[in-house]
Amino acid sequence: MTLKQVTEILECTVLSGNDDLQMEVNTGCSSDLMSDVLAFSKPQCLLLTGLSNSQSVLTADVADVKAIIYVRGKRPDERTLELAKSKNIPILATQYVMFEACGKLYQAGLRGIGKIL
Amino acid sequence: MESTYVQEFKVIGGDFLRAGQVSTRIKSILKDIGINHSIVRRISICAYEAEMNVVMYAQRGKILFSMNPRKTHITVEDEGPGIEDIELAMREGYSTATSEMQEMGFGAGMGLPNIKKNADTFHISSVVGKGTKLQIGVMI
Repeated sequence: MTLKQVTEILECTVLSGNDDLQMEVNTGCSSDLMSDVLAFSKPQCLLLTGLSNSQSVLTADVADVKAIIYVRGKRPDERTLELAKSKNIPILATQYVMFEACGKLYQAGLRGIGKIL
Repeated sequence: MESTYVQEFKVIGGDFLRAGQVSTRIKSILKDIGINHSIVRRISICAYEAEMNVVMYAQRGKILFSMNPRKTHITVEDEGPGIEDIELAMREGYSTATSEMQEMGFGAGMGLPNIKKNADTFHISSVVGKGTKLQIGVMI
């Protein structure tokens, strides 16, 4: 799924990375806990989170997350947004809450990593 | 003799504004020299979790990053409260984090187990009231 499709499905505002919307994401990962993202995400995934501080961007960088969507209307501050730009991580924002945002993307064909064994 | 790259970084406890900078620095060093992506990711995750632990729990700490053509090694040594029960701290989900730390997105009790999972070699030692030392090795 491309970021452009994601943007349409979740009616996203693109906060940075407007030129990267053709980028493909292979899986989705949703959590407000960054340690869980570090432990359970796959490289090149799309991260959905309500945590909009700089740690979300640094976690995305460390875990090779391709793009971040802030859910339920959360917005990063200017410093966090600048950090994301410097790391080339596109930032989108949606008014949908986490549950609906994940559900809509799943319905459109995006998958997660399944069960933790 | 194999050449070894060594760099030391300081970490200040409670400095959430700069938390994570050492790990992203280590990541860009590894990326720049063309190390395989999945190896870079594993080393970066180990470094980041360890760095966040210092920021969250200790007064100060240092991260010694070294690398030779075969492996990378990260030693994280802090001055802090130490860990009373290491076996318990290694258990997934066990955490002594405050709600402030959890608001930062950490303190889920996944840090140390996640470091161990991503490392090829892992050693932890701690003295209560003094601090904690982690030794993390990842083969290249």
